[in-house]
Amino acid sequence: MSKTTNISIKEELVDLYLSNLDLITDNSTPTLNRGRQSAIENFNLLGLPDAKNERYKYSKIEPLFTQDLEKYFAPKDITFKIDDIFRCDIPEIGTDLALVLNGFYLPKGDKLTKLDNGLIYGSLAEASIKYPEIVSKHYNSIADNVGEGLVALNTAFVQDGVFIYVPKGVEMNRPLQIINLLMSDENLLVQYRNLIILEESSSASVVVCDHSLSSQKFLSNVVTEIVAKPNSKLELVKMQNEHNDSTQLSHVYIHQQKDSKVTTNTISLHGGFIRNNLNVLLDDAGCENSSYGLYLMDRNQHIDNYSFIDHAKPHCTSNELFKGILDEQATGAFNGRILVRRDAQQTQAFQANNNLLLTADAKMNTKPQLEIYADDVKCSHGATVGQLDLEAKFYMQTRGIGEKEAMLLLMIGFAHDVVKKITIEPLRERIDELVNKRLRGELSRCHNCPMHCC
Amino acid sequence: MLKIKDLHANIKGKEILKGINLEINAGEVHAIMGPNGSGKSTLAAVLAGREIFEVTHGEILFNGKNLLELSPENRSREGLFLGFQYPIEIPGVSMVNFMKAAVNEQRKYRGLEPIAPSDFLKLMREKKELVEIDSALTNRSVNEGFSGGEKKKNEIFQMAMLEPKLAILDETDSGLDIDALRIVANGVNKLKRPDNASIVITHYQRLLDYIVPDYVHILYNGKIVKSAGKELALELEEKGYDWIKNGE
Ligand SMILES: Nc1ncnc2c1ncn2[C@@H]1O[C@H](COP(=O)(O)OP(=O)(O)O)[C@@H](O)[C@H]1O
Ligand SMILES: [Mg+2]
Repeated sequence: MSKTTNISIKEELVDLYLSNLDLITDNSTPTLNRGRQSAIENFNLLGLPDAKNERYKYSKIEPLFTQDLEKYFAPKDITFKIDDIFRCDIPEIGTDLALVLNGFYLPKGDKLTKLDNGLIYGSLAEASIKYPEIVSKHYNSIADNVGEGLVALNTAFVQDGVFIYVPKGVEMNRPLQIINLLMSDENLLVQYRNLIILEESSSASVVVCDHSLSSQKFLSNVVTEIVAKPNSKLELVKMQNEHNDSTQLSHVYIHQQKDSKVTTNTISLHGGFIRNNLNVLLDDAGCENSSYGLYLMDRNQHIDNYSFIDHAKPHCTSNELFKGILDEQATGAFNGRILVRRDAQQTQAFQANNNLLLTADAKMNTKPQLEIYADDVKCSHGATVGQLDLEAKFYMQTRGIGEKEAMLLLMIGFAHDVVKKITIEPLRERIDELVNKRLRGELSRCHNCPMHCC
Repeated sequence: MLKIKDLHANIKGKEILKGINLEINAGEVHAIMGPNGSGKSTLAAVLAGREIFEVTHGEILFNGKNLLELSPENRSREGLFLGFQYPIEIPGVSMVNFMKAAVNEQRKYRGLEPIAPSDFLKLMREKKELVEIDSALTNRSVNEGFSGGEKKKNEIFQMAMLEPKLAILDETDSGLDIDALRIVANGVNKLKRPDNASIVITHYQRLLDYIVPDYVHILYNGKIVKSAGKELALELEEKGYDWIKNGE
């Protein structure tokens, strides 16, 4: 039965591609078009991840695609002034701001912005015309189109997304912010693509915020490729804050070259169904990777974090910390795969996943997966699923702190372990504040935003 | 201030407190002594409102109110304080946020506005000096990675911040070196006022060299088996607990 549905969903998507091929390619660019044919062939082979796919054991993908979803191959005309409806709170940290609406870059002026220091950001489609050599060299170079059906699907349909290019030696000291907005009067499937390139010895920090601004069903299938060249440094903070009828399938691929340092921090505040795939390749000596995540789920929300840290070369360090709080009937999964290849001597790899379940109905599946083929390595992993510490709660109560407040303080403290890893101080404070509000039930959105999207 | 009448309490069906009677008035210091396992900590926990202990019989009045009907937080807001024998570590919750929440919840109960940030910092500084607590400690998570002595000092610090009417100090002296002991005792003595009272639980006479009790009670096997003035502590020091255990 599920086999038949699978085939039909897959065929439907392939059909959609074939019957709209002209529209898809005409609205796009040679660089983005180049990968489509083989991608759809791969997708035709792979299909959507199904029950037999061990990596997707706890997240059923097929049913997500059976909903009625509109697809657009060019930006849909939505006439509004973005400033009227959306004022995100985080820009106060002095960021450069890039807006993406339903997967299409939303220019305030030009489709590409070049800062004084040479940093370029803007529309990926536009970049593939203006800087074809840079884009074609990196685009689709690290995303896995052969093993991951959802990525192949994205590559076949992609139209736009965000492009960030940090030239050699450029140190961007203020964060660049990308805000992904979903807004539509129909249910929508969006599949966009981000490409972030850090040239040698450059550094940048990027904040990505995902929001839904209308109550329709959204399914985002998003691929982000990050190339960190020798001695470069990136901090990426991703805030997921979409409503309970939205689904996000995120695939991040990071290619780290010699002595590069990449930190990602994925804060899942809200969302109906979230699957985060994080794939890190440590491809030369001296790389440092930190992957952090925090998820706060309630009602029937579902979160699934999958990470794959590939220690391909010696003398690299990776550090993972994922923490989550699940309330009511929320469900979650964590699968942390670490591969230490035979040549990757002197690897240090650490992983921890800690979870708090606030109710008997909330469920969490956590699975470390270490494959170590080198002998001179230092690895550790630990996973916990527990409840709030009642002794600590009582201790606080004996100081006059009410039971609810005591529980909140404990949860905030638990979450802060992840938030404190954010090095951009104003951003860390802001996120702390958002997390506090989220846990207090006061937040379903950034608090300056007038839209009630959750 | 505190009246305990024929208090019986169980844990997991086993009776631990077997009829406690005790009366404490403002201005008094009471010491409760007794061998390990007598029920001293149980008594303290029942007073503070620990749910795992079931009160099967008896009554506790605290300033005229039925203490057993109050939640632990309301007992605290009414002026009861428990210094834990084993203070709890709370990772991720900073001392500052913890104390701010505590002070403000106490204020709210009394109909007061939250404390101004500058006043709060001043209060923290004052009380830290009183217990000679290292400034760095209050920047850390509650009790996390504190040494045994630091944890005990931190209990007295919290007591100083909250200025309770009745403080119950459960073996605050155990595990302290003589300097720390003096600091802790000093803190307690400085906070003593005619309108407050304390219960000092200990099983050594040592602490009572510094905190002079008005009354000494011996708790044994869930009952107060002897009450007298401070000289009783000395007698215990000399004779040990065996004469109590053997029923004299
Ligand atoms: N959590 C508990 N579970 C079971 N028994 C307990 C618990 N706490 C205390 N007890 C029992 O209650 C009795 C009194 O303990 P306690 O009040 O800690 O004594 P003291 O403080 O005088 O040393 C002991 O027999 C102890 O084993
Ligand atoms: Mg005890």
